[in-house]
Amino acid sequence: MSLPSGVFQESYAQDMAIFRTRTHWVLLAAFLVLLFAMPLYSSDRMLTILTIMGITIISVLGLQILTGYCGQISIGHAGFMAVGGYVSAVLTAKLGWSFWAALPCAGLGAGIVGSVFGLPSLKIKGFYLIMATVAAHFIIIWVILQLYGITGGADGLSVSRPEIGGLVIKSKASYFYMVMIFTCLATYLAKNIVRTRAGRAFIAIRDNDLAAEVMGVNLWAYKLTAFFIGCVFAGVAGSLLVHYFAFVSTDSFPFMNSVWYLGMLIVGGMGSITGAIFGTVFLKLLDEFVTIFGPVLADIFPAIAAQAAASLGLIMRGLVIIAFLIFEPRGLVHRWELIKSYYRRWPFSH
Amino acid sequence: MSFFLQLVVTGFGLGMVYALIAIGFVIILKCSKAFNIAQGQFVMIGGYLGFTFLVTFHLPVWASIIAAVAVAVIMGLLIERLTLRPLVGQPVLAIIMMTIALGTVLDGVATLVWGSEYKAYHGVLPTLTLKVGELSVPPETLIGIIVSIITVAILMIIFRYTKTGLAMRATAEDEQVVQGAGIKVTTIYAISWAIACVVGVISGIILGGVSGVSTALTEAGMKTFAVVLLGGLDSIGGAIVAGIILGMLENIAAGYLDPLLPSGGGLASVFPFLIIIIVLIFKPHGLFGLARIERI
Repeated sequence: MSLPSGVFQESYAQDMAIFRTRTHWVLLAAFLVLLFAMPLYSSDRMLTILTIMGITIISVLGLQILTGYCGQISIGHAGFMAVGGYVSAVLTAKLGWSFWAALPCAGLGAGIVGSVFGLPSLKIKGFYLIMATVAAHFIIIWVILQLYGITGGADGLSVSRPEIGGLVIKSKASYFYMVMIFTCLATYLAKNIVRTRAGRAFIAIRDNDLAAEVMGVNLWAYKLTAFFIGCVFAGVAGSLLVHYFAFVSTDSFPFMNSVWYLGMLIVGGMGSITGAIFGTVFLKLLDEFVTIFGPVLADIFPAIAAQAAASLGLIMRGLVIIAFLIFEPRGLVHRWELIKSYYRRWPFSH
Repeated sequence: MSFFLQLVVTGFGLGMVYALIAIGFVIILKCSKAFNIAQGQFVMIGGYLGFTFLVTFHLPVWASIIAAVAVAVIMGLLIERLTLRPLVGQPVLAIIMMTIALGTVLDGVATLVWGSEYKAYHGVLPTLTLKVGELSVPPETLIGIIVSIITVAILMIIFRYTKTGLAMRATAEDEQVVQGAGIKVTTIYAISWAIACVVGVISGIILGGVSGVSTALTEAGMKTFAVVLLGGLDSIGGAIVAGIILGMLENIAAGYLDPLLPSGGGLASVFPFLIIIIVLIFKPHGLFGLARIERI
């Protein structure tokens, strides 16, 4: 934690503050103003991208707490999102609940299902746990498809847009505002969760679970807590996604999404809340890059035109993750820290 | 009863192929301690290679298999050198993510080269039919069983009677001792990846003959995770036994339970994952795997 030259911390509160200098606060305010003024100067398409990005960030933050901080690798995060999405969809569409009542239930439902599939995590880790979470994804999707009386099965289910006091959040801009508020809250929450007693226990478990247990960290309780928290984030994200599309089907939660979420952590940097955001933004922007330049490439090489759209995205994302694993395993956030410390120490770099 | 036997026989054929794919996974895991999630993509590439050589180039079956194996060896060596070698000594997650990313790149490349539509080469493979009473073994299944048994036999001979095989078994036991004995561990890694690619590609050709080729063939790779977990991650014999068990169980469960379930079931696709969860909860080390003892 380096501070700019000449700035010193004089109290515990200052030491623990997330935003420690005036520049921090100014930058934060400028970023928030810029973010919330987005609908004024950007197109509908841009807003859609940002909204999906915001929802993904919420989900990836959950995965960051679970995988990046607690070390419990999960490739079933899209499945847990599906639980949240379906809980929210069924409660609003079938039982007529309001979105605001269904959203916490979605988080809670996903959290509980996540904890159930996290149960084996006390006995197993590494590859075994990955397989358990992969299995969780496929079992969840299968169960959803089987319960077609409730969930609509493969046909899906139409859901309503949320409303506040008779005002339906219908336009892209209003949904963007809602999602961004949730994303900011989730980021704030996640940043603080990892600084609590539980968060420190997560880190201890990640670094060495046996040593953590000897030091008195209750492995069972904290691993399940990590699964619960991670999946609550996923559930909320799932619910937001479902109500954004105003439709729910299992196609909204493909298995590959779970893989990409983990890829976002790799690209952004493990064990860092900022990293989760960086990774998500980077991979989502890469997608946009592919959507824009895919057709260009297809024009140049007409032989591959038909398949280019489907395959280029896969290849690009795969190559980016491979490149990060080889050349920068600590992720974008490490580069960011280097840049920051350079800026702070300038002109006294040593 | 004949329905049951039919399910058992086709299940056995399927199980042999699963076992073959699983052996590739286990070899890599034993030699280089890397979990290869991309094994299913090797199978898919194998199916497409089979299509290219058998249908597009009209090569005879033996020539196609040799050509596909040659491509597989090159692919395995390249993959090991370019992506896995830089990660030696990195944590498990990095290696797993690497193979996942590798899998998606292979998916993308396959879509780019062969297109995403379904391809089939029924009837190109030689037809052999075996009838025992009412029971008839479908030709593709029979070929699958024969080719799998031959491949497994060749692998067993390599492991037991050649110097390379001995070196590979020694590497699985202790890498430092092997290095001390003057064997290049990186060469062993490369060979293990090449072998895994070859068995993946061969099983891909077999599965392609049975059910056609599309990117969905990677699901076979997913199913082998259930096989290796059931058999124990580090046991080749376990992989074979578990492959056969899983192939049969899957077929029987789908044959009898699917009609009872709403919306047509689809139990065959989720069955391996149920097995995974059950194995992980009750017997994490599988049937024949070594139980790890952990110390601080």
